[in-house]
Amino acid sequence: AATEIARQAGEGARAVPLSGHVGFDSMPDQLVNKSVNHGFCFNILCVGETGLGKSTLMDTLFNTKFEGEPTQHNQPGVQLKSNTYELQESNVRLKLTMVNTVGFGDQINKEDSYKSIVEFIDAQFEAYLQEELKIKRTLHSYHDTRIHACLYFIAPTGHSLKSLDLVTMKKLDSKVNIIPIIAKSDAISKSELAKFKIKITSELVSNGVQIYQFPTDDETVAEINSTMNGHLPFAVVGSTEEVKIGNKMVRARQYPWGTVQVENENHCDFVKLREMLIRVNMEDLREQTHTRHYELYRRCKLEEMGFKDTDPDSKPFSLQETYEAKRNEFMGELQKKEEEMRQMFVQRVKEKEAELKEAEKELHEKFDRLKKLHQDEKKKLEDKKKSLDDELNGFKQKKTAAELLQSQAQQAGASTTLKRDKERK
Amino acid sequence: MSTHEITYLKMKTRQQQKSLEGYVGFASLPNQVYRKSVKRGFEFTLMVVGESGLGKSTLINSLVLTDLYCGEYPGPSHRIKKTVQVEQSKVLMKEGGVQLLLTIVDTPGFGDAVDNSNCWQPVIDHIDSKFEDYLNAESRVNRRQMPDSRVHCCLYFIAPSGHGLKPLDIEFMKRLHEKVNIIPLIAKADTLTPEECQQFKKQIMREILEHKIKIYEFPETDDEEENKIVKTIKDRLPLAVVGSNTIIEVNSKRVRGRQYPWGVAEVENGEHCDFTLLRNMLIRTHMQDLKDVTNNVHYENYRSRKLAAVTCNGIDNNKTKGQLTKSPLAQMEEERREHVSKMKKMEMEMEQVFEMKVKEKIQKLKDSEAELQRRHEQMKKNLEAQHKELEERRRQFEEERVNWETQQRILEQQKMTLEKNKKKGKIF
Repeated sequence: AATEIARQAGEGARAVPLSGHVGFDSMPDQLVNKSVNHGFCFNILCVGETGLGKSTLMDTLFNTKFEGEPTQHNQPGVQLKSNTYELQESNVRLKLTMVNTVGFGDQINKEDSYKSIVEFIDAQFEAYLQEELKIKRTLHSYHDTRIHACLYFIAPTGHSLKSLDLVTMKKLDSKVNIIPIIAKSDAISKSELAKFKIKITSELVSNGVQIYQFPTDDETVAEINSTMNGHLPFAVVGSTEEVKIGNKMVRARQYPWGTVQVENENHCDFVKLREMLIRVNMEDLREQTHTRHYELYRRCKLEEMGFKDTDPDSKPFSLQETYEAKRNEFMGELQKKEEEMRQMFVQRVKEKEAELKEAEKELHEKFDRLKKLHQDEKKKLEDKKKSLDDELNGFKQKKTAAELLQSQAQQAGASTTLKRDKERK
Repeated sequence: MSTHEITYLKMKTRQQQKSLEGYVGFASLPNQVYRKSVKRGFEFTLMVVGESGLGKSTLINSLVLTDLYCGEYPGPSHRIKKTVQVEQSKVLMKEGGVQLLLTIVDTPGFGDAVDNSNCWQPVIDHIDSKFEDYLNAESRVNRRQMPDSRVHCCLYFIAPSGHGLKPLDIEFMKRLHEKVNIIPLIAKADTLTPEECQQFKKQIMREILEHKIKIYEFPETDDEEENKIVKTIKDRLPLAVVGSNTIIEVNSKRVRGRQYPWGVAEVENGEHCDFTLLRNMLIRTHMQDLKDVTNNVHYENYRSRKLAAVTCNGIDNNKTKGQLTKSPLAQMEEERREHVSKMKKMEMEMEQVFEMKVKEKIQKLKDSEAELQRRHEQMKKNLEAQHKELEERRRQFEEERVNWETQQRILEQQKMTLEKNKKKGKIF
């Protein structure tokens, strides 16, 4: 079978026979060694209503007691709590992060329940994207927090999926690998279980929910994976208590009518889940998250930011060109803003100047008017003065004339009197 | 109206060691990785650089145990070029279920001209163009699984002069040591005796140190055994190699070697040359590491330089040192915010200046108004004073006139009385 690399190389490569052992068949080992030295990391998100046994199942899956107390039902909203643990098995180190949804399904109005989950998943993608876009980045030592698997816990009603389940899964199926499981399945009988599984599967299909399919393209695991695909959703039981069965201590739940053994494949699908999730497909889950879900997120985000792969002429953009174009656009925008502000000020100054000029003009007009008034007054005064002067002169003349007359009369009188006196004698 | 909170949006790293009772099974992760990698296949790009006739093609053939260069596909020395070319040949090899796509990059013409200035430029350009391709592929919106055609290793062939590095050698390595993993090799080592070889090696390493050339360094591991091997190799750097296309029978064993009248120099004999060390290191143990260093160091250097140039428009390095922790877009965001605050400040300043000027102008206007008003008042007062004065004169005049007129009337009466009396007096 041709490898992906060979397919990609296509026509350009020629196959050559080797005349001895070159030694590059150690490449997978070299790669594995590097991975082991680096350590692995896996992030699981558990979504489900309070009380469905999420924490217990995690404890059972990883054979250890993780922290936390059981949550109450009175959470005001859906919160996501995550814890990271370092586990080791033989020489393999695993950094396991478990995220639990607290308060899911407890509210009266559950319309927004899925939102915190979607936001959380997106936030992890965003963090990775930001790191990837940095100029100086350290991707190979980055602690990957993206969710690789989402275990969706379905309540064991035996009937069908709840509408909250459908809504939530529909919102999550393009963002994360969903593995639906029937929780606390020791409450369902075998016959009910078969019907329940069929009902769930058909509801998922009819609502277009894409759950994670175990990959069947690798011959080594194709068979087991395709068989397991037929057993979905897995009906699980979790327990951290041990009960003695025969001469072994096994994990089980003890009831008056019998003991449910967690690792008994007749009792529940726990072993199948562990096999698929951890022992066979863990790496594929990580790969799908990176190459499918993350790429989708990244593509949408970049398109939102205005990035395109080709320009209008369908010629491919180089990264540099894209950034340069963005930067020029950006600088242009800034300059435009600056220019606008300046213009606005220039405008205001002009307006104000005009206003003030107007006021100045009015003031001058006012005073011109007053001046004119004043001048009129002055003229009137002058006229009055003149008339007075004229009267004064007239009077003087009259006076002078009268006095002249008087003095003449006096003189005449005086002479007449003299004459008379003379005659008398 | 959101009634939910999001806590720990960034994962809390409350990391704890947990002991596992019972087998969980994630120890199979390495197997899963193994499986997937075999399915995908491997690729590696090897570049060979050196003057013609140093046995490059022969060495490659010996390394991959196949006639890569033969009649149909001649090696670089057979293709006489006037200028340095960079040529690629791709071969697919399969061994033990593992498929490898090996790309050999040749540089025929390197160092062969009389004037070899800048003969390294085509090499640099080639390496950069591969980085550029990868960068563009990585930065696309729609990404596929990217083929990695970056140059992972460069075997640099040093002529076995026995004296030291040539200026061209030094120049080349200095220009390329930060772009690609350089593994210097002493070519045609069968022309040197072991002692000469030792001396030569010491001299070369001294010069490499002196010129601060960074050749490929073998990583330290936690494994004691491996570290021993690594130390062995380190002590024998640069590796002295011999290659051969011919198989010769020596002591009823068929080996690759070079037949001389005085004996056979065996390629794979550790006492004759370091070829085996080279092959083991290059292919069997450190191939992955060469790829990793190319990806994590050389490529990242290229990328950050490229992006820094775009973002900061090539402003001087000191200024942008602190800013390289962001993506170019985040950088633009920050610049945008800076600009906004700068504009606000500018706006405030302009506003202030504007207000001040307006106040000044208004004040001037007021002053001018006051002045005019004052003058007007004064003139009015003046007029009023004059009016009063006039009034006074008139009054005086009137008074005088009235007096005089009264006087005249009295005089008139007197006159008339006198007249009358006179008439009477005349009668007696």
